[in-house]
Amino acid sequence: MRAGAVSKRQLSQRSAFSLLIVATIIVALPVLAIVIQIIVNGADAISLEFLTESPSQAGKAGGILPAIVGTFYLMLGTILVALPLGVMAGIYLTEYARDNRFTRAINLAIVNLAGVPSIVYGLFGLGVFVLLFHFGMSLLSASLTLACQALAMTVTTSREAILAVPREYREGSLAVGATRWQTIRHLVLPQASPGIITGAVLAMSRAAGETAPILVVGAAFLLPGLPQSPFDQFMALPYHLYTVAAHVPGMPKSTMWGVALVLLVVVLSFNVLATIIRLRARQWRYSL
Amino acid sequence: MKMNSELLNKNTAINNNVKLSTKGVDLYYGSFQALRNITLDIPECAITAIIGPSGCGKSSFLRIFNRMNDLITGAKVEGLVELTGINIYDRSIDVVELRKRVGMVFQKPNPFPMSVFENVAFGPRRHGTNNIGELEDTIERSLHQAALWNEVKDKLGQSALSLSGGQQQRLCIARVLAVEPEVILMDEPCSALDPVATLKIEDLMRSLAENYTIVIVTHNMQQAARVSDMAAFLMMEEDRAGALVEYGPTSQIFTNPKDKRTEDYITGRFG
Repeated sequence: MRAGAVSKRQLSQRSAFSLLIVATIIVALPVLAIVIQIIVNGADAISLEFLTESPSQAGKAGGILPAIVGTFYLMLGTILVALPLGVMAGIYLTEYARDNRFTRAINLAIVNLAGVPSIVYGLFGLGVFVLLFHFGMSLLSASLTLACQALAMTVTTSREAILAVPREYREGSLAVGATRWQTIRHLVLPQASPGIITGAVLAMSRAAGETAPILVVGAAFLLPGLPQSPFDQFMALPYHLYTVAAHVPGMPKSTMWGVALVLLVVVLSFNVLATIIRLRARQWRYSL
Repeated sequence: MKMNSELLNKNTAINNNVKLSTKGVDLYYGSFQALRNITLDIPECAITAIIGPSGCGKSSFLRIFNRMNDLITGAKVEGLVELTGINIYDRSIDVVELRKRVGMVFQKPNPFPMSVFENVAFGPRRHGTNNIGELEDTIERSLHQAALWNEVKDKLGQSALSLSGGQQQRLCIARVLAVEPEVILMDEPCSALDPVATLKIEDLMRSLAENYTIVIVTHNMQQAARVSDMAAFLMMEEDRAGALVEYGPTSQIFTNPKDKRTEDYITGRFG
């Protein structure tokens, strides 16, 4: 009787495990399938010419260099704006802000910032940066637009990284007569920086993948060369992928997959970089 | 009453200069009153122990002297708190300057995640000393004073987190000494340490008391009896606000307490 009860429990234990494993595999499958499909179909298109030349014949021939470079400029522009602003707001919210209605409203706004559909950011950018500020359809307008979107992430990760620095450190610093700013500058920020950088890198990889917002603020269908100033229009990988896949008849299949592969490599490599930074920082902290 | 021979032999000749004093001090956290009407004078270059049961406000009281309570939203101090006759809650007081004069060592050793050298250099650097020779002198002096120099002189560049708990706590004391304070507040500095490390800290405190005014919170009665010159016994009143029951020379508090509650507490009848 008892033995039977035990085996019944073992049985339900085993079936629960199996179910969980199956669920995990199902979760991982689409990612794996996407990656394999893109590599298999796109590998043929990848060549030195594809990576280093400008497109010709509406993208059917030539390479995608302007799109690769445009995407990197975009990531750079985005983070140059979103990181400092995000870190400063994160510091203010954790170290200085009192818990009042104003602070709560700001926190609520930040949470909601992350939930705004990306095309809405695009329209906002069009209205404010392109038209109101007269930045035109440009790299600058697009970077600022994506920066608004990335702010939600850089503020949140900065705030969490700063909050994770133990209170004991702050007290120890204040107790030897350091000012609050010195405590933040010399103790809190160095401790929080791996977390902050991880968030920044993830925000960059997200900016690299955005299509909808840049569509309306400066991404070009085809450009013969690289942007020469922040006020130039630019090409970007996701938008290029969209146009070659949807708007160019007779596009070779492998070219489309090739663009997708390059985009995937850019985005994934930034995600991997973020993971490495996080792991390194953890190791470094424990080995101290 | 247990007579502690060590206690009776201790030199209780106390300097009569008052370093810190409180007059009718109340402390509130929001609407909760944590301390009520505390009045006492803390002598210069001596060790004053604050004792009492858990939750009676000992640590809160200690943190009044370097205004560490300022960090807590809703904390409010009423009454007079003076450092060498100057009201430290006056509007004109620079809290940063105050904390430089009144250093603090915490319950849990809190070395910063940087080298031994940079830990001790942290305070002087923040106060504008960046000359490396000057820093080296300060660090050697502070580590000597904290009785740590011989143990760490060959690993100043190593992480402070690699030191033992007792060494970490002495490092934290050295870090405070490096900014040349006048008063050192210690909030149960040995509660996270083993007995051997505890004795080392106590020896250190005795030697520091020659030049510094030390105020220590402890709930170790033997420790208070061993190291302190003066002892203040705090207890919670019915509304949970801490109040001063008795204050006097340690020898008197431990051998001949005037208040029945003090006697009950130090003989271990409660708390």
